[in-house]
Amino acid sequence: MSTAYTVRDSATMLRRNLLHIRRYPSLSIMLVAQPIVFLLLFVYVFGGTLGAGLPGQGGGGDRGDYLVFITPGILIMTVASVALGTAISTATDMTTGIISRFRAMDIARASVLTGHVLGAVLRTGFAVVIVAAFAFLLGFRSDAGPLGWLGAVALLVLIAFSLTWLTVGLGLAADSVETASNTPLFLVMLPFISSGFVPTDAMPAGLRQFAEHQPFTPMIDTLRALVTGTETGTDLWLTIGWCALIALLGCLWSRRLFLRVPTK
Amino acid sequence: MTATRPAIEVVGLTRSYGDHTVLNGVDLTVPEGTVYALLGPNGAGKTTIVNILSTLLAPDAGELRVAGFDVRRDPGGVRAAIGVTGQFSAIDELLTGRENLRLMADLAHLGRAAAATAVAVMLERFDLVDAADRRAQTYSGGMKRRLDLAMTLITRPRLIFLDEPTTGLDPRSRRDLWAIVREQVADGVTVLLTTQYLEEADQLADRIGVLDGGRLVAEGTAAQLKRRVPGGHVSVQFRHAAALAAAAAAHPEATSDTDAFTLQVPADGSIAGLRRVLDSLDDEGVAGLTVASADLDDVFLALTGRAVEVPAAEAPAAEEIPA
Repeated sequence: MSTAYTVRDSATMLRRNLLHIRRYPSLSIMLVAQPIVFLLLFVYVFGGTLGAGLPGQGGGGDRGDYLVFITPGILIMTVASVALGTAISTATDMTTGIISRFRAMDIARASVLTGHVLGAVLRTGFAVVIVAAFAFLLGFRSDAGPLGWLGAVALLVLIAFSLTWLTVGLGLAADSVETASNTPLFLVMLPFISSGFVPTDAMPAGLRQFAEHQPFTPMIDTLRALVTGTETGTDLWLTIGWCALIALLGCLWSRRLFLRVPTK
Repeated sequence: MTATRPAIEVVGLTRSYGDHTVLNGVDLTVPEGTVYALLGPNGAGKTTIVNILSTLLAPDAGELRVAGFDVRRDPGGVRAAIGVTGQFSAIDELLTGRENLRLMADLAHLGRAAAATAVAVMLERFDLVDAADRRAQTYSGGMKRRLDLAMTLITRPRLIFLDEPTTGLDPRSRRDLWAIVREQVADGVTVLLTTQYLEEADQLADRIGVLDGGRLVAEGTAAQLKRRVPGGHVSVQFRHAAALAAAAAAHPEATSDTDAFTLQVPADGSIAGLRRVLDSLDDEGVAGLTVASADLDDVFLALTGRAVEVPAAEAPAAEEIPA
């Protein structure tokens, strides 16, 4: 394996994946539509009531306050939603004959995976920009300075990178494209049981403990702090730790699944 | 790699899936610059051999050297020397023909200008210029196969594996593909080909290995193999089961199909031999007969004493949709 060509081969594979994304836009549209639907649903259907229950608003906030509260959660749900699409596109790609061709070529073999991951991170960036623009359209405003926004972008890229390695692994491990579209669903569900939609204090004891300790909560709290210009505190380090762990495990797992010489 | 070293050297290749032995001690030597055809029915282990030699599948046992590299210890060296065109299309259907070729050129680390030239040459040579900027998913079966082969050859491998390259192709596409293989051989490329068709092996190969149940049951030139099945067979169609039974009794060496009322009698190719077969038949019970030259079934019958087990998967050539 010519490791010297890893970067070059990865760039080639990235170009291939970007072409795929461009040629098959319906998947991207579906993945972006999902968080937008949730955003509209939560702000306009539940937002009035849920906003009134928000703490620190001096007897409750309104729909506008609730929009500000859930936008970080919706953005991270967008990342999770695109990651789900990555599992589908990885699994689909593995069913095509060209993967065998790549395996029999003297290329940096992991570049097939790197191409998927980099392509997916770019797709996530695109999706997050659209969803964020939607939130602005609905009236989301922030006090964050340029540094806060830069931090938010870096954080979203980091989260996208780690969730993508995980879902590439899920896509490789799936025995069919159908399986690959089901196994990562927990990623889209988990943000609901976090600090994303209601403060965890409002949940019953067992659920609250789960919500406070699952990785999406520090991710959402950190993003919320960055875009509202408040202190991130320990949540930032927790988030970086979770992301590093998920990315490392996902990457090692994916490489193992892809690089093994099949015995059957 | 020395000049005299064979392109492929295989000793004692064994491979099983669970209890099922797919390859049972295969020995194979292919000299550089020659074409070797592995001939056998479905399930004989042809694709398994190609997958193992192209590093896609691990062998259970055996000494394997491809292009001078040990397949297990130095798979990277093997991959750098080979090109593989499998039975199933290995093209990216979402990309255009041009993009597919460019992808291969980039992965072969050709420079920008060299890659563009190589792509243009391949499009021209494989008659894909008009379809170059269409997505490959819109291509006909023959075009896909040509693109597939062009993607294998654009990296200029010294050794190519062709796994049933013409299965499902119409006769014209098949002949086009044979011509391309011959050009490669003229350039000094070594070819390992698998096929179900004796004719294809006959047309292309310097040596043919007959694979049956995971073993090479015979090896030689096409002429040597055909000498063992000199005349093909006479296929006789009967009007009723009684006539078939009577003829089958008179020809214990023949294979009979009691559902179709047909009997295949091995022939030696001579007029006298044919006359003996005809004389033994009762005119009243015969509905028709054909004299066929040797095909894979005859080779198998002669070499293994039985007919091809898997119904020879000879689907009629897929229809080519005109571009």
